[in-house]
Amino acid sequence: MTAVDNHGHGHGKHTVSQDYANPYVAGIGLGLVLLAAFVFVGRGLGASGAFASSLAWLLSGISPDHVRANEYLAGYLGEDGASPLKAWLVFEVAGVFMGALFSGLLAGRVRFAADKGPRVSTAVRLVTAFVGGMFIAVGAALARGCMSGQALTGGALLNAGSWLTMMMIFVGAYALAYFLRWQWR
Amino acid sequence: MNAPFLKFGMFGDETSLVIAFVIGVAFGFALERAGFGSAKKLISQFYLNDMAVLKVMFTAIVTAMLGLTYLGWMGVLDLSLVYLVPTHVGPQIVGGLLLGVGFIVGGYCPGTSVAATATGKTDALVFLAGMFAGTWVFAEMYPAVKGFYESGSGAQMTLPQAAGLPYGVVVFAVVLMAVGAFYGASLLEKRFGVKAEE
Repeated sequence: MTAVDNHGHGHGKHTVSQDYANPYVAGIGLGLVLLAAFVFVGRGLGASGAFASSLAWLLSGISPDHVRANEYLAGYLGEDGASPLKAWLVFEVAGVFMGALFSGLLAGRVRFAADKGPRVSTAVRLVTAFVGGMFIAVGAALARGCMSGQALTGGALLNAGSWLTMMMIFVGAYALAYFLRWQWR
Repeated sequence: MNAPFLKFGMFGDETSLVIAFVIGVAFGFALERAGFGSAKKLISQFYLNDMAVLKVMFTAIVTAMLGLTYLGWMGVLDLSLVYLVPTHVGPQIVGGLLLGVGFIVGGYCPGTSVAATATGKTDALVFLAGMFAGTWVFAEMYPAVKGFYESGSGAQMTLPQAAGLPYGVVVFAVVLMAVGAFYGASLLEKRFGVKAEE
């Protein structure tokens, strides 16, 4: 396989990276991973919760009293003084990093660069990435999960609130896509 | 055999963290294989020229849903022991919209930003920093938004319960909807896909 159709990774340079997997094959694989999570631990996949746990841990190192006094962050503190990092999602997300790195190395896709459209500078792209991350964090907190914990996991469980969240994600993204095409096209 | 294994005491919480890591590795591997370590690939979904996000997500949802349904009917898996996030209509409408806005502005969702950071995307690393900042901002303003955050019923509710339909009927409807979405996606890619390659 060559990198002819590698969706913006080549930038004209000759690369040896492989094409991405067929989306239906990748989807079945992802679905089986999700099913395994249900069968083994009775919960699905997630991601955003790991960042709340990590933040609770980070801030606890600076000001433990402040974290304990904050009702939202206090909910992510470990029981009986255990580290906030000793959480299911923190371990799962650490695994996501390792699994993606392994897949990327196998396919020759690990490359240090910002992913962006041709018309936008790296500096601007990094600003939009930061701002987007902030929106995502607040959205995930309000929705009680992100694309993994709500759309994917709750989608498979036929959770009513998850399907509502999923539909709103598509509405929000499609509504703004036209106004942000300078960043991607 | 009774599932979920953790709920039936086949292993303890410590072991469940090891399983979390292993499942995470498979999750991250699948995301990167699908191309979801790239913001441009993910965001193509919203310019209709590469509908991989929809295809992967709905294929995964249908696969896991059918697996759950089958294992439930076999009596192997007790579905009532699988955790269901409570439904809060108002916060989830606003939260979902913010997630969508953050996706098109930032280029990633939380899980895919980790996969992208692992493969060297500097924008994904900055996105992660933005998520920490956003979580912190939310935590600091929590007293002001708590009323809204906790609004809505907060009940654990499935679509079959909400619609008053048998579980199997909704499962069948979701499969039909997914197949329709896959067909629609292939039409949209034919219409918009070539133009984007230029």
